[in-house]
Amino acid sequence: MSWSIEPTLPEGWELVVGLEVHVELSTATKLFCGCANRFGSEPNTNICPVCLGLPGSLPVINGTAVKYAMQLGRALLCDVKPAVMARKNYFYPDMPKDYQTTQYEQPTNSDGEVVLPDGFTVGIERAHIEEDTGKSTHIGGGGRINEAIYSLVDYNRAGVPLIEIVSRPCLDTIDHAKAYVSGLRDILLAIGVSDARMEEGSMRVDANVSVRPVGSDELRTRCELKNINSIRSMARAIEYEARRQIDLYTSGERPRQETRHWDEAAGRSTPGRSKENLDDYRFFQEPDLVPLVPTAEEIAAIDAAMPALPAARRAALVEASSADADVVATLVERGQDALALAAIGRGADADKVVTRLRHDLAVDDFSKVSAESFAALIVMETSGDLTATQAKQVLAELVDSGGDPRSIAAERGFEAMHDDELADLVDRLIADNPDEWQRFVGGHEGDRKKMQGFFIGQIMRATKGQADGRAVADLLAQRGRSPANGSPGT
Amino acid sequence: MSALDTAAAVRAGERSAVDILDEHLARIARRDGEIHAFNLVTEGLARSQAESVDAAVAEGRDPGPLAGVPVAVKDNTCTRGIPTTCSSRILEGWLPPYDATVIERLGSAGAIIIGKTNLDEFAMGSSTENSAFGPSRNPHDVTKVPGGSSGGSAAAVAAGFAPLAIGSDTGGSVRQPASLCGVVGVKPTYGVVSRYGLVAFASSLDQIGPFATSIADAAVLLEVIGGHDPRDSTSIPEPAPSLLDVLGRGVDGMRVGVITELAGGPGGVEGIAPDVVARTRQAVAALEAAGARVSEISVPSAILGLSAYYLIAPAEASSNLSRYDGVRYGLRVDAPTTGEMNIASRSAGFGDEVKRRIMLGTYALSAGYYDAFYGKALKVRTLIMRDFAAAYEQVDVLVSPTSPTTAFGFGDKTADPMAMYVNDVCTIPSNLSGHPAISIPFGVGDDGMPIGVQILGPAQSEPTIFTVATVLEDVAAKGGAQ
Amino acid sequence: MSDRITRDEVVHVARLARLELGPDEIDAFTEQLARVLEHAADIESLDVDDVPPTSHPLPLVNVFRTDEVRASIDRREVLAQAPWAESDMFRVPPVLGEEP
Repeated sequence: MSWSIEPTLPEGWELVVGLEVHVELSTATKLFCGCANRFGSEPNTNICPVCLGLPGSLPVINGTAVKYAMQLGRALLCDVKPAVMARKNYFYPDMPKDYQTTQYEQPTNSDGEVVLPDGFTVGIERAHIEEDTGKSTHIGGGGRINEAIYSLVDYNRAGVPLIEIVSRPCLDTIDHAKAYVSGLRDILLAIGVSDARMEEGSMRVDANVSVRPVGSDELRTRCELKNINSIRSMARAIEYEARRQIDLYTSGERPRQETRHWDEAAGRSTPGRSKENLDDYRFFQEPDLVPLVPTAEEIAAIDAAMPALPAARRAALVEASSADADVVATLVERGQDALALAAIGRGADADKVVTRLRHDLAVDDFSKVSAESFAALIVMETSGDLTATQAKQVLAELVDSGGDPRSIAAERGFEAMHDDELADLVDRLIADNPDEWQRFVGGHEGDRKKMQGFFIGQIMRATKGQADGRAVADLLAQRGRSPANGSPGT
Repeated sequence: MSALDTAAAVRAGERSAVDILDEHLARIARRDGEIHAFNLVTEGLARSQAESVDAAVAEGRDPGPLAGVPVAVKDNTCTRGIPTTCSSRILEGWLPPYDATVIERLGSAGAIIIGKTNLDEFAMGSSTENSAFGPSRNPHDVTKVPGGSSGGSAAAVAAGFAPLAIGSDTGGSVRQPASLCGVVGVKPTYGVVSRYGLVAFASSLDQIGPFATSIADAAVLLEVIGGHDPRDSTSIPEPAPSLLDVLGRGVDGMRVGVITELAGGPGGVEGIAPDVVARTRQAVAALEAAGARVSEISVPSAILGLSAYYLIAPAEASSNLSRYDGVRYGLRVDAPTTGEMNIASRSAGFGDEVKRRIMLGTYALSAGYYDAFYGKALKVRTLIMRDFAAAYEQVDVLVSPTSPTTAFGFGDKTADPMAMYVNDVCTIPSNLSGHPAISIPFGVGDDGMPIGVQILGPAQSEPTIFTVATVLEDVAAKGGAQ
Repeated sequence: MSDRITRDEVVHVARLARLELGPDEIDAFTEQLARVLEHAADIESLDVDDVPPTSHPLPLVNVFRTDEVRASIDRREVLAQAPWAESDMFRVPPVLGEEP
């Protein structure tokens, strides 16, 4: 995980962000009909009377979508409760019935949380099931909705199952917002209910942003940012919006509650045009669908089948290794935590395990490295049977072809090179190369570096690369400080 | 000739389905100019279906229980490639790309779809005067309305244009026109007949039901169209009720309740005509004479049904009718923006009554009024269900008039919407409770026009209410309703 | 005329419902809706605080469809019904206002 530097807001202000994340479920079919839930088809090919909202058609809910929703709910540590579908009434040409079938007063999932790698907990208000809309292409006016000459509507996406995950307005920094969205994506991928691709729109983020004086707990007027299409774009949009609002407050004005459109290319947001839809959605229970009542057995089965989720995996690795949170987060993100835990469980030194994984296993495919061989390798290294350099070479071969680290070491003729052998070699080299040694002990910083390289190179040549470069450097430094050779710099 | 006799003759090869169709087409040609039961006579489809039936019989295959029987279908039922207008300008010319479940089932049973019948626009009305294509007329007296909203279907059966018809009943829209036209009309238990392909008016109240000239014909039609449909989430997961076998069981020992509030007495619903009250009493007396134990039962909340209904039904309708926006099908009136195009299309495409109900429903659901109106109405719905549940602890069926009056004249009740809405006062409670009810013709009023008596029962009691209705049918046939 | 619903409310509701009413229609609808709401006063005044609402007459729950793809319909049949189709899509005038 790469941590950007948190942009600093003007002194005295802090951010209050709540995110609404829409996630398309990766079911085979749509939410209410048997049309394929597929991205990128020819326009209006995945349509039927139901998802077109033709007169007389009726919805029947996709059982797998409901199950996925409950799985996500449990993964977000939500209460999963009996739910009813509702109609949200407003006119929009992308929406074939001119109402959206969603959940309102009784959502499937409520009151959950997501724990971020640094321990910050994001409250989840609800994660409810709803249907997606179709998609319009705006013709003319540079493709912008408000300047188009006309629009063309494709209903392939209409009725695709969505979960809307609504966080509480508790995100206090842009980094937390980013970590939360990444965390949600990790969870979605871990339980396999969505491909969560922001670039294809299968994961979409709207941000509700407000600011307040540091130390206050008020919730001020918020603006809703739309058209965010990447985590980076979200970070920029939030920062822009926060600064805009702070500027307004400091110049004695106040922000207006409004929806704003993020323009990634221009790096700014613009207010939505005056609304044609008034904010009166006239929610009522969807009479064409019956309540969704999960049984205790269903929920127990979902919990039993739940894979370990990122937060729990991080906690387990921290517990086993005492490594730093960001290192652990990286290993979990790479999916190397299981390997780490297994190796530690087999007696390998935790620090060394984490170090080797972090620096020497930063590869996509490490499937050939078994826990057993990895643990054996670390034990060989910590017991001095292999130098660090040798261990890295053996590990590289394990990644490429797997196998037993002992036989690999033996094949390569890696023998234990113990400290006294190396010390002898170093002393011999010093004796054989007095000029270079003098430049090492008496030279400038640059000379000293150059000569250190010379000696390490010579040792490596002599040992066919089996020596540990760091140990050689340490020995050189130690010899250089000893009185017999005269202290450098005195 | 009854539907059952017709089907029997066709299945036996004694009559040809094409001949039967031609007889009915001839009757339609003679008289539908005056009655206007049909928005469209589907002669081409009907002829090809009739030919298939005849071919099946010739090949020794059984075309099904409605072999060769012409059925008129309310024009809010989707028929693939055949205009389905809901008697609205906004859907004029629309060709559905699919068949309603009932249309598929009728086809599989050997029935012949003879035409699409007129209705109050989107089934909103009680006289068929709200059709965008002009009203239907009552075959018993063409100066009177046939009732509504399924007025075209009721008139078609009463005029002999088809032995059977399909209607939809949201607040009485099958039973009330059946009563006014002197035919049998059934509102089945909510969920017995699939709503898939029925253009929605009020989804939690809508139910498709049969029209026929006899209880047995209505029974066979309900057996054909009823039963579970996986395309309707609100469909009861059971086969259609078995009715033909039980019609003759009689009512000996059965407990029959007369709904006090609908009996025309003081404290009850006002405006039930004396001749209607008298016929209802006569029917009850006939049941008692046939061995039933009769008592008066109060359903106090029945009186509140009208108010609850005229909030719930418009609320659901306001949402169901949003989709007529000029984007995907139906009428579009051009305008510079999509929002203005929506407004122009809807304003031109909907008639006054539809607009009125959309407005009423939008208001009842809107911020600040939901709790006072829609929310309250849902609670009244609970009260009605509780009262019915209590009543059915004491009796097996309930009896009431179907309509407060006999057929009225054109324009008599169009000035004041409330005057029209009151026509549904006896039929609405069954829609709110989801229970079945049947209207059967039982004599005539002082004006010589038909009167219908309504038998109500608890959920899925179709076998019982059909049995009771059969007893009254026998009594009426023997001159006991004069 | 009753004061149960005002002319302004009728205009507001018409906007929500995407209907345009002429001045005469507004007057007529105001009066007619008021009559219906007048009748609804019998339930408006009812004390039913402890009565649960009933949205649906059936006690069914958990009616699900299996997640199996079924054939979609031919878009030509659907687009043929469109007031205006272009490039196999439904053409509409510019959409002002924001996306939901």
